[in-house]
Amino acid sequence: MEKTKSTTRIRSIATQQSTKLSEKTLSKKVEASVFLTNVADVFLFVARVIKETFSRGFEFKEFSRQCFHIGYKSFGLIAITGTIMGLVLTIQSRPVLVDFGAVTMLPSMVAISIVREMGPVITALICAGKIGSGMGAELGSMKVTEQIDAMEVSSINPIRFLVVTRVLAATLMIPLLILYADTLGILGSWAGANIKGDVSFVLFFSQAFGHLEFIDFIPAFIKSFFFGAVIGLVGCYKGYNAGRGTESVGVAANSAVVLASLLVIIVDMIAVQITDMI
Amino acid sequence: MRTTASASESPDTTSLKNQVNESVIEITDLSKSFGQQEVLKKISIKLYKGENLVVLGKSGTGKSVLIKCIVRLLESDEGTINVLGESVTTLNGKELNMLRQKIGFLFQSGALYDSMTVRQNLEFPLRRIKSELTDQEIDEKIIEVMENVGLSDTLDKMPSQLSGGMRKRLSLARTVVVNPQIMLYDEPTTGLDPVTSDEISQLILDVQKKYKTSSIIITHDIKCALKTANRIIMLSDGGVYKEGSVDEFENSSDPLIKSFFN
Repeated sequence: MEKTKSTTRIRSIATQQSTKLSEKTLSKKVEASVFLTNVADVFLFVARVIKETFSRGFEFKEFSRQCFHIGYKSFGLIAITGTIMGLVLTIQSRPVLVDFGAVTMLPSMVAISIVREMGPVITALICAGKIGSGMGAELGSMKVTEQIDAMEVSSINPIRFLVVTRVLAATLMIPLLILYADTLGILGSWAGANIKGDVSFVLFFSQAFGHLEFIDFIPAFIKSFFFGAVIGLVGCYKGYNAGRGTESVGVAANSAVVLASLLVIIVDMIAVQITDMI
Repeated sequence: MRTTASASESPDTTSLKNQVNESVIEITDLSKSFGQQEVLKKISIKLYKGENLVVLGKSGTGKSVLIKCIVRLLESDEGTINVLGESVTTLNGKELNMLRQKIGFLFQSGALYDSMTVRQNLEFPLRRIKSELTDQEIDEKIIEVMENVGLSDTLDKMPSQLSGGMRKRLSLARTVVVNPQIMLYDEPTTGLDPVTSDEISQLILDVQKKYKTSSIIITHDIKCALKTANRIIMLSDGGVYKEGSVDEFENSSDPLIKSFFN
């Protein structure tokens, strides 16, 4: 009798454990399936954007409007951050270089840092915040208020009108903003060098550009196009696939910034590895 | 061919019946589920040429889902949808776009493009769908439609500067500016005061008369339904609960129908 009871108890515990295990396995399977669906969704979205980019009926007017919004309207922010970046980098580096008696290397060191890494990455991160969140919120609210559906039922292709124009504008404008930030960063560096020292404009720039080569400039410029494309694609994807409630607009904007920033860093790492191999 | 008729039909309905027996939308055994929730269960509906068909029903009975399936904003799970002789569910992207050009969809929220002015909201579909029109013809068309909805002095305003009623009118103007053959209204009077609701209902009738459209009107507003309907369908639990003329619904002793009409 006693034996039968304990056997039943053991069986019941074994069944419970087995149920828990199968529930866990099932939830893991569901998670994996959701993840794979999301990845497939991203690839399909990117493929659709590429296909629409090369199809007929390019929305040039909307593209120009987006270039104005992304490029021209970011000038102020990029000017301030670019200048401060150069200024701070110079002020922070100067004492160390003075200790080593290498203060004359300051202009070239700062110029190389800005052109190769600081300018592109910092500008791209700022753009991920400003432009990525803007796209996520704008397209997200268009989705919530059924404006994207309205385009679709009017037989207007929303990917071509809304997404292709924004992604292309970001891809073209962000490299220009990076060049702008680089220029102002070096100017800021000259201002920083003049706070504690006295360097003429011509001398500073001849020293700065004396050590800059095309190999410093070209990879950085190429990767800036990828930064632009990533920011545009992520912002549009998050906005275009926002949920139905107003809360989803905030979620779309927020996740666009987080994902775009993360991808900028990852793209930068890959670009540095490739450049290093070359 | 029409399944419903009543002895005391209005002259409009009688003339309409004589005029047409041809269906422009024919939905057969349409089903649509969201996960485990079955919203539409094998629904069959016909919309005849030139008629206004009002679809009534409580919230969540799948009224909006029904019209979204017609324009394939939502994919149906089962059943067939024939619009103007074409099977919506089997069309490819290009064919679907061609068909959508013949259908006007008035969204519950208006769905106005809020980054564009009133004029640009009208120009936007017009320039893309009617690309053969010259700038002057587009201007004339916009002015004509805006006069029809009584908004001709708001062309350079932004949608955010308009009242709820004006936004609904503008949305209607944007839909009819491309001369659709079929109109789908998703709760056109929701959120409007009784006077403005009545004006919108009148506009729906004007659109039917002037542009010779066939329409499905999704609504909870009984006044709007009575004013605009040639025929009414009531949905309940994902299926067609009753189909009939306005008089049949008004005189029905069915508790569910009475709860709507009283």
